[in-house]
Amino acid sequence: MNRRNFVKSLGGLGTAALIPDKALAEDPAKPKEFVGILVDTTRCIGCRSCEIACAEAHGFPDPDSDPNVFERERSPSTTQWSVVNRYETRKGEVYAKKQCMHCNQPACAAACLTKAMLKTEEGPVIWREDKCMGCRFCMISCPFDVPKFEYESPVPKIQKCNLCWDRLKEGKEPACVEACPAEAIKFGSRRDLIEMGRAQIAKEPDTYIHQIYGENEAGGGSYLYLSGVPFGQLGFRTDLDNIPYPELSKDYLYAVPVILTLWPAFLLALSNATKKDDERRPYETQNER
Amino acid sequence: MKLKTNGDARASLLIPEVRRFGRFLLSEMKPKGEMLTPFNIFAALVLSVAAVLLTIRFTQGLESTTNLSQDFPWGIWIGFDVITGVAFAGGAYVVTFMVYILRLEKYHPIVRMTVLNGFLAYVFYAGALLFDLGRPWKVVNPIIGNSFGVSSVMFLVAWHFMLYMIAEFIEFSPAIAEWLGWKRIRKVLGGLTLGAVIFGITLSTLHQSGLGALFLMAKNKIHPLWYSEFIPILFFVSSIFAGLSMVIFEGSISQRVFRNQVDPKHHASHDDIVLGLAKVCAGTMYVYFFLKVLVFVHGQHWTHIYTPYGWWFLVEIVGFVLIPVRLFTQAVRFRTLSLIRLAAALTLIGIVLNRLNVSIIAYKWYALDRYIPSWMELEITLAVIVAEIVVLRWIVNRMPILREPPEWAQERPDVIRRTRFLVKEGATEHGR
Ligand code: SF4
Ligand code: SF4
Repeated sequence: MNRRNFVKSLGGLGTAALIPDKALAEDPAKPKEFVGILVDTTRCIGCRSCEIACAEAHGFPDPDSDPNVFERERSPSTTQWSVVNRYETRKGEVYAKKQCMHCNQPACAAACLTKAMLKTEEGPVIWREDKCMGCRFCMISCPFDVPKFEYESPVPKIQKCNLCWDRLKEGKEPACVEACPAEAIKFGSRRDLIEMGRAQIAKEPDTYIHQIYGENEAGGGSYLYLSGVPFGQLGFRTDLDNIPYPELSKDYLYAVPVILTLWPAFLLALSNATKKDDERRPYETQNER
Repeated sequence: MKLKTNGDARASLLIPEVRRFGRFLLSEMKPKGEMLTPFNIFAALVLSVAAVLLTIRFTQGLESTTNLSQDFPWGIWIGFDVITGVAFAGGAYVVTFMVYILRLEKYHPIVRMTVLNGFLAYVFYAGALLFDLGRPWKVVNPIIGNSFGVSSVMFLVAWHFMLYMIAEFIEFSPAIAEWLGWKRIRKVLGGLTLGAVIFGITLSTLHQSGLGALFLMAKNKIHPLWYSEFIPILFFVSSIFAGLSMVIFEGSISQRVFRNQVDPKHHASHDDIVLGLAKVCAGTMYVYFFLKVLVFVHGQHWTHIYTPYGWWFLVEIVGFVLIPVRLFTQAVRFRTLSLIRLAAALTLIGIVLNRLNVSIIAYKWYALDRYIPSWMELEITLAVIVAEIVVLRWIVNRMPILREPPEWAQERPDVIRRTRFLVKEGATEHGR
């Protein structure tokens, strides 16, 4: 869809030069695909193995093992990039894992004035400590409210899922995918995963609702979800626009260079027009003749 | 050998000059007037508490002093200090536009005070931004160029803040040169004014609207009555009358506080100036109100009006836009200055409401845990304002801001124009 445009614009921003690591590219000639993850919520058994694996892989403390954690809906936090929630639905209890959606055109990255938030060419959206100045504009902008800030720290970081960027570079799968005993989480190229999801829905049209969450929401992203119940019942935002969120401020940003060039010219002309006959020289110097 | 004596001679000239200058600066550093005034005691208290709180904030993290949360990443340090404060500082670009571009000489007496106010507002509010940044030591990143986030509205706003501060400093600098008695430099700086003004107005147009554009991507988080794709335009238009209302408000105070500084001529013209400003306020506020209605109708938000947020919206629009604009119109018609001041005050409250609504109150309006600023956040905000006033007072008491510039730097275009006219006439007569 907007992929090609996106890659082009990324190239234009010089992002390509910032990522020397091409570990994921099997064939440089082949146009690159975003990687992604397909979560089948009908398969998830709520064992939270992915949570534990995630914490381990990124050096966080073990998540709370108390089964009562399901009593309330959790969001990802500064010490947990990925959380599993339980939802009561008309099809019984359903578990859904929540984390960064790795948008195709992320609002967080468009918001970031230091490019600390970065959409990599491979798909994961990563945060880079050495760049971030902690303005938290990414948090304001992310339609899924994913980035979290360490308010308790004098040297705070932004915390959010990076799709196991380091593991990917080593050629491994994301930790949660590897840990899932129910094969509810699949890793692959985003395009393939969408095909797979569609095929799955077509195969069992009564089991699934006919929508892949994350295919179009906020312009689509690397995280894709299948579900047996409407996504609103699983705590997903269903009021988001199906456009990449950076589009929302694009018109404004396009207007900037126009104003920046036309405005001074206009002001100068106006200032000359209001000049009295005997004020040929710029205003401030005239009295120093 | 010769060179050396030459250098020695120059040094012997220079040293007393430097000494004299140093003594002058030192004497100017000393406070003028009484020290233990109630305001000074209050200021000292507020500032020292803020110093303690900021130490805590920078050693323990933002949580120790603020009520910010994962749901509300921006509190009043952004919503009030930066976003509202910058709107209030809008007077500088509007007044310089009127004086240097439209050449409405009438407003010349307030240019310096307004520009100074604007400049200090930016310095202090940008300073407040540093308190809010989680990782302020990285603040140079978007400037030094290794990480230009050019697609970010924040990037634009940050750069414009910085450039605008420079522009305003240049606009203001002749006053510094006059204070220090640097005639030659004064001349050069004066010549830069028009350029700085044009640059400054352009930057202001962009970052006043840019502050609104920051919220464009928060589309699904801001209540529909406040979110619209036209936020940038609304922010820009409202910054015009916000800035001017601030000029009126601040002017009515400084006319009293700095009475000894104001020369009588200015005193007389002040009422006229205020009336003129009120007219501009009324005009732009009508435009703003019209835009607001347009956006409202366009967005088809009728259903929202019958909710608490709808009433709150009406409070903002009717109570603090429609009523003050009516007051302004009335006051201008009957030339009632007190009414203008009231209208200006209401307008300012309306701007505070509007900016806080967009950035905090209507932001995540569906969230159960609301953000309410901690007393420490309020204290530090107060300290920022107090610090600004202290510096402002220091400058106004020393530099020619309200009083006339020294004789040698007088800018009296009206007089010059008249004399030139006479000269011209004389010439023709002579020729005849
Ligand atoms: S979900 Fe939020 S944090 Fe993740 S890529 Fe999208 S905008 Fe960024
Ligand atoms: S907090 Fe950091 S990552 Fe987020 S927008 Fe600001 S600089 Fe970028």
